Amino acid sequence: MEKIGRYGEYGGQYVPETVMNAVHELEDAYKKYIDDPQFNAELKELYRDYAGRPSLLYYAERMTKDLGGCKIYLKREDLNHTGSHKINNVLGQLLLAKKMGKKRIIAETGAGQHGVATATVCALMGLECCVYMGSTDVERQSLNVYRMRLLGSDVVSVESGTGTLKDAINEAMRDWATNIETTFYCIGSVMGPYPYPEMVRNFQKVISEEIRSQLMEKEGKLPDCVVACVGGGSNAMGAFYDFIREDSVRLVGAEAGGLGADTDKTAATIARGSTGIFHGMKSIFLQDEFGQIAPVYSISAGLDYPGIGPEHAMLHSTHRADYISITDEEAVCAFEYLSKTEGIIPAIESAHAVAAALKIAPTMDKDQIMVINISGRGDKDVYSIARYRGNDVSN
Amino acid sequence: MNRIEKCFDELRRKNEKALITFVTAGDPDLETTEKLVYKMFDSGADIIELGVPFSDPIAEGVTIQRASLRSLNGGTNLTKIFETVKRIREKTDKPLILMMYINTIYVYGTERFFAQCREYGIDGVIVPDLPFEERDEVIGEAEKNGILQINLVAPTSHDRIREIASASRGFLYCVSSTGVTGTRSSFTTDFEEFFGTIKKYVRCPYAVGFGISNPEQAKKMAGYCSGVIVGSAIVRIVAENGRESVDKVGEFVSSLKKAI
Repeated sequence: MEKIGRYGEYGGQYVPETVMNAVHELEDAYKKYIDDPQFNAELKELYRDYAGRPSLLYYAERMTKDLGGCKIYLKREDLNHTGSHKINNVLGQLLLAKKMGKKRIIAETGAGQHGVATATVCALMGLECCVYMGSTDVERQSLNVYRMRLLGSDVVSVESGTGTLKDAINEAMRDWATNIETTFYCIGSVMGPYPYPEMVRNFQKVISEEIRSQLMEKEGKLPDCVVACVGGGSNAMGAFYDFIREDSVRLVGAEAGGLGADTDKTAATIARGSTGIFHGMKSIFLQDEFGQIAPVYSISAGLDYPGIGPEHAMLHSTHRADYISITDEEAVCAFEYLSKTEGIIPAIESAHAVAAALKIAPTMDKDQIMVINISGRGDKDVYSIARYRGNDVSN
Repeated sequence: MNRIEKCFDELRRKNEKALITFVTAGDPDLETTEKLVYKMFDSGADIIELGVPFSDPIAEGVTIQRASLRSLNGGTNLTKIFETVKRIREKTDKPLILMMYINTIYVYGTERFFAQCREYGIDGVIVPDLPFEERDEVIGEAEKNGILQINLVAPTSHDRIREIASASRGFLYCVSSTGVTGTRSSFTTDFEEFFGTIKKYVRCPYAVGFGISNPEQAKKMAGYCSGVIVGSAIVRIVAENGRESVDKVGEFVSSLKKAI
């Protein structure tokens, strides 16, 4: 038995003994299929015919002119079926689950995007689905809860802790340990025990691979900067991965500052966190001096998580990527800005990336190129943004 | 010799089974925890596990989750637990184990943690989210300070049992069934097969826990191994009776010891 799945000091497999064999079983299946031509052909077909890939790379001309800096492109993951990048990973994992003969799927969800994607693909593949969601998120993302139920999934509201993403993961892990023989845990981000961080990244790296080829076609060169929001970090890993080896490409992650990274109402893990071991991985977490995981806050349910994937922790510690925190107010302004400037309503999560771009783009040269990953669409957030602005849009 | 090993040696000589009991430290407060420890030892507990409360105890069922929360809300932390252990050690020489999550050890500082375990008189640690593959996280410091790291095996461990069991010291913690801690009305595990495999490879005593909630279950499970571990059933009495729970826990522990 040897240590595997490390990103520098980060990563690992810190899970209870009860689930270790299942983790190994998943690892074996993942290794068997990830480079299997037949598996990849099936996945590619699903990406194309079901999810609608490749997603568009759109030149944001009005935004570019308005900011007066570099040329800005938007990677339109919001145009995927189910409205976010989450479908990329779910199609990959559930195709794998089917090959493994698993019939019952569980997932956690924050904003509901991963839950909706999982419920969708379970419907497509005829699998039983149970989604765990924190009670706070159930309340602020009620539309997605109804969508999941409509798709035939059970949605379990988790009351413990702060009723957010971390608590949903705790409860999904308990379910997994209980129903381990029959159940496949479809983790939604680049987190958890190995092989999840690597597997989820590999199912998301299609984003950066497409950006590369689409930009080559349009501009004949690589981007100078790629910006993505980071909660657990799956859309960012997907958008970064193919460029990590390209030193000329600056990688920027936008994490959720909440009311400010210097306040207690924040989810800015990189800015305020420290190394710890939780949810199956060694990584960076928001926690107190005794290792109690901190209650976190962000307007964005999808970024409201006290940790970050281990590969991001490494990219941060090696300074390969920069992570900046964006406040609720900045994200909401960026949400409104993109809606009015380009006619694209981004998810409040993705609006954090847009907010980071609003700061960085004006400092770059006109002949440089920035790509912002628009990880999801913002329909789900309209109510909460209206509420944030003091408008009543309920009927 | 470590107190845990000595305890099992003595029990074997007397042809007795070990009763290992668990309470969450600081539930409802550390003064009550201290009283519960004395009472449980007086009532027949051979080894006591003190649960170190954690914000996100993924291996626990609702009973211990709530106990952790009550304890944390009362301001319990590892430093205060060590102070309580120090006081307990002035009055008893029986084995004490900390059951805790790896993050608590890691953030406290692994070196500092195990040095303090030795200083204050902790004999072993059980870390449910530290599987065998990741034992290097603690094993060096634990051994340096003479603290036993108690390994776990589960019915889903299958071919892993061999390596884990044969490397275990103190005792091997056998998880009765899949799932989290908490009482169960019945078990679906094939115990003959599970304990048969363990017996083949283990070179130390082995005790069974998870879901054992009454004297009848304890008696039946003790038939398979060297001891039984009872946690949630005791924590529930503490939850219902708070500071007044000491005598009731004592009666329950006596009934368990008599049964095995």
